[in-house]
Amino acid sequence: MSVKTLTINDQPIAIEEGKTILDAAKEAGIPIPTLCHLEGVSDVGACRLCLVEVKGINKLLPACVTQVAEGMEISTNTPKLQEYRRMAVELIFAEGNHVCSVCVANNNCELQDVAVEVGMDHSRFVYRFPDRGVDVSHSQFGIDHNRCILCTRCVRVCDEVEGAHVWDVAQRGAACYIVSGMNQPWGEVEACTSCGKCVDACPTGAIFRKGTTTAEKAGDREKLEFLVTAREQGQWTR
Amino acid sequence: MDLAELQALAEQERSKRKSIRVHCCTSTGCQAANSLGVKENLDKAVEETGMGDRVEVVGVGCMGFCGRGPLVQIDPMDTLYEEVTPETAGSIIHALNGGTAEPVQGDSQHPFFARQMRVVREHSGKVDPERIEDYIALGGYQALHKVLYEMTPETVVQEVSSSGLRGRGGGGYPTGLKWATVAKMPGDQKYVICNGDEGDPGAFMDRSILESDPHLVLEGMAIAGYAIGATHGYIYVRAEYPLAIKRLQKAIQQGKKYGILGSQVFNSPFDFKVDIRIGAGAFVCGEETALIQSIEGGRGNPIPRPPYPAEKGLWQCPTLINNVETFANIANIIKRGAEWYSSIGTEKSKGTKIFALTGKIRNNGLIEVPMGITLREIVEEMGGGVPDGEVKAVQTGGPSGGCIPASLLDTTVDYDSLIKIGSMMGSGGMVVMDKETSMVEVARFYMEFCRGETCGKCVPCRTGTVQLYSFLTKILKGQATAEDIEKMEALCYMVKDTSLCGLGMTAPNPVLSTLRYFKEEYLELLKQPQNGKVPV
Ligand SMILES: Cc1cc2nc3c(=O)[nH]c(=O)nc-3n(C[C@H](O)[C@H](O)[C@H](O)COP(=O)(O)O)c2cc1C
Ligand code: SF4
Ligand code: FES
Repeated sequence: MSVKTLTINDQPIAIEEGKTILDAAKEAGIPIPTLCHLEGVSDVGACRLCLVEVKGINKLLPACVTQVAEGMEISTNTPKLQEYRRMAVELIFAEGNHVCSVCVANNNCELQDVAVEVGMDHSRFVYRFPDRGVDVSHSQFGIDHNRCILCTRCVRVCDEVEGAHVWDVAQRGAACYIVSGMNQPWGEVEACTSCGKCVDACPTGAIFRKGTTTAEKAGDREKLEFLVTAREQGQWTR
Repeated sequence: MDLAELQALAEQERSKRKSIRVHCCTSTGCQAANSLGVKENLDKAVEETGMGDRVEVVGVGCMGFCGRGPLVQIDPMDTLYEEVTPETAGSIIHALNGGTAEPVQGDSQHPFFARQMRVVREHSGKVDPERIEDYIALGGYQALHKVLYEMTPETVVQEVSSSGLRGRGGGGYPTGLKWATVAKMPGDQKYVICNGDEGDPGAFMDRSILESDPHLVLEGMAIAGYAIGATHGYIYVRAEYPLAIKRLQKAIQQGKKYGILGSQVFNSPFDFKVDIRIGAGAFVCGEETALIQSIEGGRGNPIPRPPYPAEKGLWQCPTLINNVETFANIANIIKRGAEWYSSIGTEKSKGTKIFALTGKIRNNGLIEVPMGITLREIVEEMGGGVPDGEVKAVQTGGPSGGCIPASLLDTTVDYDSLIKIGSMMGSGGMVVMDKETSMVEVARFYMEFCRGETCGKCVPCRTGTVQLYSFLTKILKGQATAEDIEKMEALCYMVKDTSLCGLGMTAPNPVLSTLRYFKEEYLELLKQPQNGKVPV
């Protein structure tokens, strides 16, 4: 195995070949906002929050899926990146119905954290106020599609860690939604083992445990750690 | 089959030909205008007049002048009849005996035809797409034989590289370089994919090639397979092209029957089988990584590159993916040589390109022109200009391209010049707009298309196209302010710079190019100030 040296925001870093820019930044303690990335499952590069600039490349590169290379000069926080990130967060807020004050994940929401991080106080884009459904047919959990940001973390954790593949994405564009089973109510999907990994994987309050109320999703977030090592330790269910 | 047999078959087919060939277009466009009825009556008339010994009626593919179909063309006289109906068809045959033909006679010397340079479409409209023998009679599959017996894979790649051919799927990536990359990748299993998804609204070049000369594409794919070391090819065609699919199926069967496709092509150790995969008509499935997902049976979502398909494509194997028209150029490059090919076109864009010329223009249809021709020559000479009006703009590149104002009509048609003026070659749609056209409407039309076709995977494209569409609607309703235009423009750059795949990266182009050349149209639509103040 070889080691690559590179700089992030002028800070020199040495890291193993095959690692991503995001890994390198984490190791060096340099924050890069992410939403669709979840430690322990594959990366899809969908939220575009982790985009960085690399000297000599005229495209922005997603840190979560770009492997490190020798001599890379990476910038994670240029004015252009800050502006684009803020816009991306505004676009996400305008797309769904994200009302923190009445959300189970208030104070424990990665979307909220990112909004604070990029300094978003309002959206310059029109709120769409979509009319999306809520599915509470499952005995223990529910999914509120209004709060879903389509990061597909639930899809991946269910498929790759639990091996059940209850979730997938249906439709395209603005009509996309997370679908359970063969487009059945969640409670009727026999493949679901009720393991709750999707609840932990969800960065917002879209998938929640029944009975939790405003700002109560807190406890679940700590179990995210579990997902990282679940596969290695053979803990398929809990 | 060996070379002697191939040549004997070609010879035999040619000698069987009757002295007069009446070509009747049976492609989708003309079929929609009942060309099958026309063909039936042409056949009947030949029988009635007892001219069967010297006249044959052949169902052929697209002749290009689709706006005037059904078309009937007669060789060797090269007479062309337009808008033929089943009722008037018979008179065409009688005219061969000295009667008068009722349908309008077209002018085959018209610039629409005369200015064309037919390389890919050389045999379109002449060859019977449902008979491999007809293709062989015109020299078909000799290029494939030549590469198998006279060339090494390396020299084939070399030939394609030095021809200067660039991908016709829109991006213009050098084809030889792509082939060389896949050829050099380690691995026993590689794939060739032909991209026939053709999702641009208004484009039908690839459909026409597949319907008119399917063997030309198969021959190109087989040559590619030999060059890169692949024994399996897929051709991905959208479900909306049933005739193309039917003709391809037939062509593949006939190829297998003669030992030209399948195991031991031309009795050589090279195997090449081709399978058809039918897409469900999503525009994004034309994007190469989405297309590969779709062939694998997954949801047609693009995935981040690298790794490029050349490295990890179909089933994680090195994969060559090229457009239909790209493959359709290959046999000619092998047959006539790279030097001949690279003598056509400009320094950096070689060969010809097919365009679907539509919109407010006198002569609609498919044209194949050498690279380097100017837009003015295409629009004014070949297209005959706007009927009772003036050209305002030309849109090229479909939803990924831009609007070129009339003042830039002298721009030459090649990959780099079009990019420089904020549009792109794209796959070959070319829509002419007159003074009546609202450019803001045009921008909104394409944005509506992208909004409906984005796969929804990445944030900027999924949500950005929705917001851009709503800005454009607001402007068109007269409710927008100058600030909205600023926000919209900023969003365009964000979507362009941050989207995952080419769809999002190019979706803002129609807006940006109209903002660049027709800003006053946007400004005219802004909310009018009242008492010196803009109402909020
Ligand atoms: C949204 C999108 C749609 C595309 N649609 C097509 C298509 O319909 N046909 C095609 O050949 N290429 C299409 N492409 C380009 C392909 O991704 C790919 O670059 C091309 O097939 C490569 O072939 P070439 O090198 O011969 O051009 C599309 C790209 C994008 C981003
Ligand atoms: S740019 Fe658009 S089409 Fe491409 S991956 Fe993103 S959402 Fe899908
Ligand atoms: S974390 Fe990299 S794109 Fe979402």
